[in-house]
Amino acid sequence: MRRYLAARLFQAVGVVVFVTTFSFVLIHLAPGDPVAGALRGPNVSETVREQWRATYGLDRPLPEQYARWLLSTARGELGYSFSLHRPVRDVFLDALPNTLLLSGTALLLSFGLGMAVGVLQAERPRGARDRWMGRTLLVFFSVPDFWFALVILILFAYRLPWFPAGGLKDSFGYDYLPPLAKVRDRLWHLALPVFTLTVLTAANAARQQRAALIAVLPSDWMRTALAKGLSWRAAVRKHAFRNALLPTITLLGISVPQFAAGSIFVEKVFTWPGVGLLTVNAIGARDYPLVTSGVLVASIIVVCAALVADIAVAIADPRIRLS
Amino acid sequence: MAAHAGPLAATDARSVRRRLAGDTRVRIAIVVLTLLALSAAFASQISPYDPKEHLGITTLNGKPPSLAHPFGTDPFSRDVFSRLIHGTRVSLVIAFGAVALATTLGTVLGAIAGYVGGVVDSVIMRVVDAALAIPPLLLLIVVIALWGSIGIVPLALLIGNVQWFGTSRLVRAETVALRDTDFVVAARALGVPGPVILWRHVLPNAVGPAIVGAALAVGNIILLEAGLSYLGIGVPQPTPSWGNIIQDGSERVSDLWWLTLFPGLAILVTVFACNALGDALREALDPRQLQASPLEDTLHHSA
Amino acid sequence: MTAPLLELDNLHTSFYTDAGVARSVDGVSFSIGHGETLGVVGESGCGKSVTALSILRLVRPPGRIEAGSAIRFEGKDLLTLGEKEMQGVRGNRIAMVFQEPMTALNPVFTVGDQIAEVARIHAGMSKREAAAKAVEMLRLVGIPAPEQRADEYPHQLSGGMRQRVVIAMALVMNPALVIADEPTTALDVTIQAQILELLADLTKRLGTSILLITHDLGVVAENCSRVIVMYAGEVVEEASTVDLFASAHHPYTEGLLGAMPRVGGSAERLATIPGTVPPPTAWPSGCRFRERCQYAWERCESEHPPLYQIGGGHTSRCHLAAEPERRAHPHLPIASQKGVSAA
Repeated sequence: MRRYLAARLFQAVGVVVFVTTFSFVLIHLAPGDPVAGALRGPNVSETVREQWRATYGLDRPLPEQYARWLLSTARGELGYSFSLHRPVRDVFLDALPNTLLLSGTALLLSFGLGMAVGVLQAERPRGARDRWMGRTLLVFFSVPDFWFALVILILFAYRLPWFPAGGLKDSFGYDYLPPLAKVRDRLWHLALPVFTLTVLTAANAARQQRAALIAVLPSDWMRTALAKGLSWRAAVRKHAFRNALLPTITLLGISVPQFAAGSIFVEKVFTWPGVGLLTVNAIGARDYPLVTSGVLVASIIVVCAALVADIAVAIADPRIRLS
Repeated sequence: MAAHAGPLAATDARSVRRRLAGDTRVRIAIVVLTLLALSAAFASQISPYDPKEHLGITTLNGKPPSLAHPFGTDPFSRDVFSRLIHGTRVSLVIAFGAVALATTLGTVLGAIAGYVGGVVDSVIMRVVDAALAIPPLLLLIVVIALWGSIGIVPLALLIGNVQWFGTSRLVRAETVALRDTDFVVAARALGVPGPVILWRHVLPNAVGPAIVGAALAVGNIILLEAGLSYLGIGVPQPTPSWGNIIQDGSERVSDLWWLTLFPGLAILVTVFACNALGDALREALDPRQLQASPLEDTLHHSA
Repeated sequence: MTAPLLELDNLHTSFYTDAGVARSVDGVSFSIGHGETLGVVGESGCGKSVTALSILRLVRPPGRIEAGSAIRFEGKDLLTLGEKEMQGVRGNRIAMVFQEPMTALNPVFTVGDQIAEVARIHAGMSKREAAAKAVEMLRLVGIPAPEQRADEYPHQLSGGMRQRVVIAMALVMNPALVIADEPTTALDVTIQAQILELLADLTKRLGTSILLITHDLGVVAENCSRVIVMYAGEVVEEASTVDLFASAHHPYTEGLLGAMPRVGGSAERLATIPGTVPPPTAWPSGCRFRERCQYAWERCESEHPPLYQIGGGHTSRCHLAAEPERRAHPHLPIASQKGVSAA
């Protein structure tokens, strides 16, 4: 178990190093440099730009720049956002809790929902219930994330103004609300983005769960369970479920990148001030440090999520836990 | 259970074809994809207007659906129906171009990794692991944000380049399984060169997973392109794509709902068809799925 | 004469596959008395396992037990029971011991949990009572330090240990019948004997009947009082073990006996039966064994042999019972002629 975890951790670190290196290479391959971007305009003389380049070490050889960049990135110094006039790190530290709140809630709800649906389907594969649930899931699996979010927004924020059209909390009166009403206001703002992201993610989770369950249903130990006198349903819900949990968790870990894409769009459509919205807005502002750091942060979150999934599997699977 | 292992294990081409022919999803997919291909091919004949023409910048901007403009007009007074039809062409060209590239790359690299093994395998698969950790959307956002907006062909190439990872894994797994089978070992013993063995013996057997991967990738790529275009960094204006039509309406989504609704439905139907086809193919190639049924169905008397 | 414990009457189990209807069990009838150990032998693919699964109604789609079959057990036809009632029989009155102890146990539950589950379902025991019962059962099947073993997972036990666990699981409710489907095939030879001895010993003590399915006539000789020989979905011979070994009638049984290594036997090559069991989707007409039979003549092709009474409860599905003089003229079976011409 310890060896397995150590290997897995090592691999995750490797991926993060790869991603950071890749970002660095991309940034430096790109036409133009940050100084030219930040100090645009004819009034800035070339000498001033040179000074800036020297200040930020952009005149040093590439390997040195890479080493410095790696060091500063490791220290969490991600550069300066000139569209927001703040250090990128501070911007992300503000946005990260919002993303974790939205994504975390949606992840938990969608896994619960998705697994339940997957079990209901797998109890009678190719039966009537499996078919209609499967088709419904396929619709949600095929729907463009941003479009579904837009439709929900149009329906439940504009046409039926039941929910706010975006944001984290009431932009005017929030600070004057009593504590309980504050909670209510936050939940009210959370509702639509969470619902959207949950539905989109649950479709994937249910498909994974169904596939994992169906793969284990023909196992010999399922026959043993039935021979003991368990009902088919009990055998599926107890024996198959516990076995299918392991591949499901692994697969969910792998599908985190898809989830990340979904959450970017949901944040964008519902103007939820998280990492995704920041990054997307930074594209428009041509704020390169912010864009690349956003991708870096998102990739690290994704790697961590996959790592957590693998650790969860290692704990849940006695064959790994006790090895 | 040797008694029924034989007939059930049959995955020969004939029974796969039979299973596919009887599948509603396959029929739906064929109808949808045929219609799409036709509208892409005859886009200019079908569309009532030029998709890039401003029909009346003050008089015809942002008009709701009517007889003259069944899907309405956009804020720049262009006909949405015509843009949608022409957008089909763009979306399909990108999707199939990217998928061809992704499938080729994935199959070749997966087969090499699986067949050669050793260091080559490790390097390729570690790169794939790392790449799979980066959401392709984010990767494309960075590249496009840094390089500025790009044309359709570079976009297709770029998307193809970030979509081959999954396929390479599937093909590698299949190749590893085949590498030590008798016929490959025999071919090697006879001195058949590696590339020939790969091409003649290994790849034909890895075609199944590659096709399933391709069908699912087409859906993914259409979603990816639409997402990028919606963010304004995909297909550059004024060329229409399903995603950038939605973007045209995104400033006033509720007022200009037709700009969101129709292209979105087009994406949904297309991706649904591709995914349904992919699911059907996967099930047809893996009949093990059919064996998992509850006990109540096994008695003739007790219904 | 008291009613037998279990009576199969004209059991038909078919699999509706892409390749056609596989009549894996095609009109099988036999019975087991109280406390009796009945052996069922035959090559793989002859319908033994499907028969066993049919008794517990564990045949999965596309398999079906056909109308007209009856499985009478303790005065009820199991095929008329509802699924709920059938669940009350499985693991409780009829238990099963499977071939592969490696895969028959669920890898993510402790063996104690898996044994306790039976007691929880059928005896309604509390978690704690069932856990104690599991330890007791582990002790009964001779597993050392059962308290510790109960908390271990299947992968931590050896193959023989696992099979003991499976047996413990089968005996929790003290069932009237244990169906053992090749219980020792997957084990080392030395372990095989131990497991069979354990099974025989325990069931003798508890008065349990056993349906012992095997392809190994040696196992039958040591454990069973009576034997059923199955071929191509049918019973082809039934006799007491003593009779069968002394005077096997059906050529297939002769072949099986010839293929059995014997202690003190001559060193001559083991006789094997030429050819293989035909696919269950296309049983041959007439006698299903005729292509592999060294006595087959025209009648075997045109007429499906009934079960002939040989006397003293000995039956055989072979026309030699009607024309015994034919036994004097063996010839090369069609199957081996095919083999020769192909070579």
